[in-house]
Amino acid sequence: MAQHVLEIRNLHKSFGEREVIHGLDLDVRKGEVVVVIGPSGCGKSTLLRCINGLEPIQQGEIRLNGKSITSGKIKWNLVRQQIGMVFQSYDLFPHMNVMENILLGPLKAQGRKREDVEAEAEALLARVGLLDRKGSFPSQLSGGQKQRVAIVRALCMKPEMMLFDEVTASLDPEMVREVLDVILGLADEGMTMMIVTHEMAFAKAVADRVIFMDGGVVVESAKPEAFFAQPQTDRARKFLNTFQFNEVRHCLEEDDDECLP
Amino acid sequence: MLDSVASIFLSGRNMSRLMEGLAVTLEISVISVVLSMLLGIFVGLAMTSRNRLVLAGTRIYLEIIRVMPILVLLFLFYYSLSKIWGINLSAMSVAILVFTLWGTAEMADLVRGAITSMPRHQRESGRAIGLTESQINRYIIIPQAVRRLLPGVINLTTRMIKTTPFVFFINVPDLVKVGQQIVEITGMRNAMASFWVYGLIFLIYFIICYPISCFSVYLERKWES
Ligand SMILES: Nc1ncnc2c1ncn2[C@@H]1O[C@H](COP(=O)(O)OP(=O)(O)OP(=O)(O)O)[C@@H](O)[C@H]1O
Ligand SMILES: [Mg+2]
Repeated sequence: MAQHVLEIRNLHKSFGEREVIHGLDLDVRKGEVVVVIGPSGCGKSTLLRCINGLEPIQQGEIRLNGKSITSGKIKWNLVRQQIGMVFQSYDLFPHMNVMENILLGPLKAQGRKREDVEAEAEALLARVGLLDRKGSFPSQLSGGQKQRVAIVRALCMKPEMMLFDEVTASLDPEMVREVLDVILGLADEGMTMMIVTHEMAFAKAVADRVIFMDGGVVVESAKPEAFFAQPQTDRARKFLNTFQFNEVRHCLEEDDDECLP
Repeated sequence: MLDSVASIFLSGRNMSRLMEGLAVTLEISVISVVLSMLLGIFVGLAMTSRNRLVLAGTRIYLEIIRVMPILVLLFLFYYSLSKIWGINLSAMSVAILVFTLWGTAEMADLVRGAITSMPRHQRESGRAIGLTESQINRYIIIPQAVRRLLPGVINLTTRMIKTTPFVFFINVPDLVKVGQQIVEITGMRNAMASFWVYGLIFLIYFIICYPISCFSVYLERKWES
């Protein structure tokens, strides 16, 4: 049986009095790609943020490679070095160029050697097609390019797993593809990932498993083919229906001509 | 014409008195600007704290200094400090004190603005790549805050320098005060005295302030790239 990189047990998360995650359990195997979908406000971002320690949790346990990262005294900066995260908003550091953005973590947080990291960073940049932009500043890049750099920045830390939170949600449609292709490439290489997305076609293509969340709990967990073809719950069916559009025809067959421009 | 100019600046100790006035202006400006920057950073950081008491205190300080004309502050400290508290401060010290109080308040507000306008995600991105909080401050927050601060700080510096002539009213012999005295004396025999003296003072202020704003334009260009 494959080893679990991430184990979440009975996770409870509240903001003030309001509990938004109610006892969630989830295991992620090594090399597994888990896509998390669900309606807005159901707690997808909050779940990822808890895994990365950006939100304190109220109850439950999260284990990374078998070691608890929620009980006892946790050095969060060390945990986060093992978990890469890319957010929806472009979050590059605007006062640094692309290369400096990528090197900051490996050099300062991990204390690695500049020559080694720089070579790795260049290889990664080349892979996402941005080697020629290594001296550019974020303000000179398109949204899609910024997100690809953000992914490289996270990868350069050599994380155990990657978390993606709607990384294409604020991109123009023509740039979505270039970013998703990078993530597909990572899946191909066996990177362990949790991906929150609203791109259903992408979810279908990349997921080993789809998690459908609603109201702060996991409602369904299934293989993508099964989930998209035959959702088991009404809530999931309803959610998937919001991505379908009924055809609307204004023109009747007989006066088709008038509808042509 | 040259004669008349020469007679103004070369007669008596006029030129050296003007230079002494300039030294006074520079002393007040440099000391109060430097103190304001340093103290302003601390007060500004305090203004981003979550402690209600600290917030209220700094807020009141800022508002009072903002609505109070500089002149009133100068009079208040110059004429009443000694009477009420028995503190004897020289006019010069009062000038530096008042300008520092004012500059600190303005600087604090600039610092607060630079910090609070930082997108929340900047800190989180720093955390996400495993930096410690102090590394985040050092490599991400402070460099960006400094860049955001710069235009306001330059503006404040030149405004403070330009406002120093108010010390005139508490009899500090700054550049303008000395110039006015010279005009009063030489003006009787030379009708052009006020033009030449104030013209020179104009030039001196320009020479002090213009490089400062050039420097800020230079830095902004450099950081923009
Ligand atoms: N910092 C916060 N303070 C208070 N409530 C919060 C905070 N962040 C999120 N919430 C609440 O927690 C719930 C879950 O939010 P979350 O952002 O995880 O949803 P989501 O599934 O990511 O939604 P979306 O698809 O819109 O991104 C929401 O009801 C939200 O209002
Ligand atoms: Mg979200």
